[in-house]
Amino acid sequence: MAADASPFEVLCNILLSIAPMARGRGVITRSEKGERMGRVVVIGAGIVGAACTWYAAHAGWEVVLVDRGRPGAGTTSRGEGNLLVSDKGDGPELDLMRLSRRLWLELGDHLGRDRLELDEKGGLVVATSDAGLAGLRTFAAGQRAAGVDAIDVATAGDLRRLEPLLSDRLPGGVLYPEDLQVQPVLAADALVAGARQRGASTRFGVEVEGAVTSGGRLTGVRLVGGEVLGADAVVNAAGTWGGEVGVRLGAPIPVLPRRGFILVTEPVGPLVRHKVYTAEYVDNVASNDAALQTSTVVESTRGGTILIGASRERVGYDAGMSPKVVARLAAGAVEIFPFLRRVDLLRVYRGFRPYCPDHLPVIGPDPRVPGVIHACGHEGAGIGLAAATGYLVARYLDGGPMPDEVPVSAFVPDRFAEVSV
Amino acid sequence: MIDAGTVTADPVNETVTPVDVAIVGAGPAGLAAAVTCARAGLRVCLIDRGTSLGGQYWRQPAASPDFLQSLVAREAPVSGPGRGPVHPRDLRHLHHDLATFDALRERVGEALHAGLVDLRLRTQVWTAVVTDAAVVTDAPGGTDAPGPAADGAAVVDLHVLGPAGVAGVVRARRLVIATGAHDIGLPFPGWDLPGVMTIGGIQALLKSSDVVPGRRVALGGTGPFLLPVATGLAARGVEVVGVFEANAPTGWWPHLSTVVRNPDRLREGLAYAATLARRRVPFRPRTMIVEAHGHDRVEAVSVCRLDRAGRPGLESVVRHDVDAVGIGWGFSPILDLAVTLRCATRLGDNGFAVVAVDSEQRSSVPMVLVAGEPTGVGGAALALAEGELAGHVVVADLTDPVGTTARSRRTGQRLRTVRRDVVRLRSFATAMHAAHPIPPGWAAAVRRETTVCRCEEVDAATVLEAVAAGADTARQVKQLTRAGMGWCQGRTCEPACALLAAGAAQQTTREKAPLAGPVGASALAGDTERLVAQPVSLGALADLLPRSSSQPSHDQ
Amino acid sequence: MTRPDHVGPGLGFTFDGRRIHHRPGQTVGAALVEHDILAWRTTRHDGRPRGLFCGIGVCFDCLVTVDGIPNQRACVVLADEVEEITTQSGSGHDRLALRDPADD
Ligand SMILES: Cc1cc2nc3c(=O)[nH]c(=O)nc-3n(C[C@H](O)[C@H](O)[C@H](O)COP(=O)(O)OP(=O)(O)OC[C@H]3O[C@@H](n4cnc5c(N)ncnc54)[C@H](O)[C@@H]3O)c2cc1C
Ligand code: FES
Repeated sequence: MAADASPFEVLCNILLSIAPMARGRGVITRSEKGERMGRVVVIGAGIVGAACTWYAAHAGWEVVLVDRGRPGAGTTSRGEGNLLVSDKGDGPELDLMRLSRRLWLELGDHLGRDRLELDEKGGLVVATSDAGLAGLRTFAAGQRAAGVDAIDVATAGDLRRLEPLLSDRLPGGVLYPEDLQVQPVLAADALVAGARQRGASTRFGVEVEGAVTSGGRLTGVRLVGGEVLGADAVVNAAGTWGGEVGVRLGAPIPVLPRRGFILVTEPVGPLVRHKVYTAEYVDNVASNDAALQTSTVVESTRGGTILIGASRERVGYDAGMSPKVVARLAAGAVEIFPFLRRVDLLRVYRGFRPYCPDHLPVIGPDPRVPGVIHACGHEGAGIGLAAATGYLVARYLDGGPMPDEVPVSAFVPDRFAEVSV
Repeated sequence: MIDAGTVTADPVNETVTPVDVAIVGAGPAGLAAAVTCARAGLRVCLIDRGTSLGGQYWRQPAASPDFLQSLVAREAPVSGPGRGPVHPRDLRHLHHDLATFDALRERVGEALHAGLVDLRLRTQVWTAVVTDAAVVTDAPGGTDAPGPAADGAAVVDLHVLGPAGVAGVVRARRLVIATGAHDIGLPFPGWDLPGVMTIGGIQALLKSSDVVPGRRVALGGTGPFLLPVATGLAARGVEVVGVFEANAPTGWWPHLSTVVRNPDRLREGLAYAATLARRRVPFRPRTMIVEAHGHDRVEAVSVCRLDRAGRPGLESVVRHDVDAVGIGWGFSPILDLAVTLRCATRLGDNGFAVVAVDSEQRSSVPMVLVAGEPTGVGGAALALAEGELAGHVVVADLTDPVGTTARSRRTGQRLRTVRRDVVRLRSFATAMHAAHPIPPGWAAAVRRETTVCRCEEVDAATVLEAVAAGADTARQVKQLTRAGMGWCQGRTCEPACALLAAGAAQQTTREKAPLAGPVGASALAGDTERLVAQPVSLGALADLLPRSSSQPSHDQ
Repeated sequence: MTRPDHVGPGLGFTFDGRRIHHRPGQTVGAALVEHDILAWRTTRHDGRPRGLFCGIGVCFDCLVTVDGIPNQRACVVLADEVEEITTQSGSGHDRLALRDPADD
């Protein structure tokens, strides 16, 4: 271990030294001398692939990160970069998110908070009606019971002390101090750069076409054009395209696109202090309805712009513009922040959230093709869940141990047995 | 709540105006297309953000209240001398080929009176969507021409905001995008000082407001456009201390045959050169403005020679005192609508993205045609020809897809001529780009602290750091540095960022695998995708919703 | 159709209180430049002065506050249609940041 190793590296090395003890579930076996011997190909250089690369590289694996485009150019560049505990009720996703939150803070300390634009801004959920407020309070009570820090904001006046420019017509809300924000592309970039220092290599502009197997076991991936990258394990971190990549690897999983638009305003400075959203957001996130759903999500960025979301529709990969969705998002935003009426919209981002039917990501080895580990389908929370996902993937590669606080079985691909086989 | 299936199709709280063809941009290309379509009896909606017809090329003073009458009468109302209204008549010398403009303008005026043209000035198209709306316009001219079913009944909805912020939808069976281009300005130390402008901006000041930017002006960059700006300024008594052209006229030699086949262009160039000589404006080939000096406004420029490899000899600079500077490195086409509609793009002659069109000006999206600069910067004559060609194609599509009527035989002849013109003028444009490349050493004078992104104030050091870290497209640079994330959304700094990124990429190509084809192409379009063609206030957007549904939905 | 509401003689607007006469049809930016005023905004980060750059509504360098509404493009807005132009600093929305909820 280098003499000038940071506390974080020390932590990683400790984890690394624990790993061999809990062998058994590992993808390949490390030599007894502990020298590096496994090669991992990570498919997809979004935030999830970047985190997988980072943790695997820090666990001593030789990682090759491949993407058909540029790092972070997929869905990672289309979202707001919220790391939310506030929108998750008690359950496996909340557990995963809480682990991820801790890891993100560690990553922030290690890579530099400014570099990631990591901001412990906190989330403020507001109700737009008394009935909505009652529902929100019940939801928050459940979260509190699960250990989430959720503070009731009783009156409009209290709300406006937290957010001076909020409308005075809102009955109340709940403050979630634990919610964080990062700039996703910067974060992905920093993770990839950090992994490179640990010997990871990258191949951008190459597309994975299929798996190369021998005796039912994966031995590498074939790129479009014929080149083969030998590998002991392959991580499917292809996000929304994870379903397609799964098919190509012979390990299909049901990941589908859920379209979302985000509005970007002209720079106005840090006028909105928290991530502020309306209570409907939580319902919409969990909804199985294919129809358009919008709820209001407003926040400032470091750059001074304001981001406005969030819409959810299942319209396949329809890449068109939707003025109606944009108008609804704008209307929702000016309702809770009246000053926004005079602020200009400069740009609209459209992205496709990768979702699975049960709204949980797929993280874990595929039983059908030994050597394939999935890490995709994070829907609208992939930025938030990326750190924990990368961490779990590295543990699967090593063969454990799995963190106690996360029910990892909720995320394994085996749960789709009846769907995909 | 709203049905999912109608989300994109169903407009919001906006009146829908069905037309046969919508034309965005009333410059040479748009006017030619509009006149061609109106003449055939199609219902045309001609839209422009500006205050009058003409676009950048034939830019006019802001329309007077009697604009519509003046359109037909040709002349704006006469006013007193001196500080009266800026009058087009006084500015005719700034223009080239005004007779063509006058004729087009007259045709538009006639069509306006005949009710065939819905002219919408000061109107911005903020976004556009292809929809499968079932309700489409009647066949044009009351004939029983085949309806839109022939092409799957898809239409293009243009979402517009008019003069008083009035919102509407123009629903068109065909769209002609003729949105033109704007100058490419590349960074150099001091380029953000007040008084430094693009040459197109100087030309706009002159043509629309009869104002000059200063008394002693230096012009620099590359391309034929420097010449009319210099002559326009000189005619107003401005001392042009020099036209600092990065390339040499000898760059045209390899393209002599192309030049000879375009005698009009040659004559135009020679006329400007003669005027410059007469007015003793120094024309300095193979030179470049490498710095603008001053505190709160520009006071001087440094100029130096470029060597054969296109690198500035920074050790011997000449200083000129000036109070204004104009720069122009060619043009960047305005692609917002085309990209929003997912029209395929390709790399143009100068290495920047343009819309890919076939020999009939059709883009990859069936209802969308593109004419003028967005298909590749080529000047007004080419834009006129492409506009007319697009117009004929639309007419044929909508009135006579099988091409059997007498009219179609008549226009067939004309069509062949126009197509030949387009090919000939396009080859001239290609030669022009070859003779006036951005020199490889354009960035040699840029310093670490030189601003690259004017909106977000991102300096060169920051951009180069991102490039060194692997960013090899303008989009990557943007996401790592914020260059291009500000008010102009990269419209100004994108060329510079792309060049800086590509420069580094070229040096390392041998280690890097090339981008796979389709990804390369979509990355190209993705670089400029904004989905919003013009800034629009959130209030205006919110007001698009009918009152009842302006509450956020509670979908559950 | 595109008729400005109040075109007519007596032309002029104020620029930070100073009367600027202009000719009908001119843009605000052109009228200011004609009066040798080249800058009317300072940037958000470094406070640098800015005025016209592209001159045709693309670059947003020429932003200015027009009749109280910030961030209008001086090269696009017609002088005939405005009364009061004020220089602006930063995002043009800074005023909001100072707002105290107790005020209202
Ligand atoms: C509107 C919107 C708002 C959002 N807001 C948030 C938020 O606030 N917080 C949050 O946590 N999440 C948010 N998300 C969700 C988040 O963006 C995603 O969950 C996350 O980006 C998923 O990351 P990823 O790495 O799995 O996918 P991606 O970033 O899409 O990366 C997948 C990569 O795989 C590559 N790839 C695909 N196929 C192949 C192949 N065959 N060969 C090689 N490469 C391939 C792609 O090019 C791509 O780069 C939002 C999403 C949207 C759409
Ligand atoms: S000068 Fe560029 S927008 Fe006005």
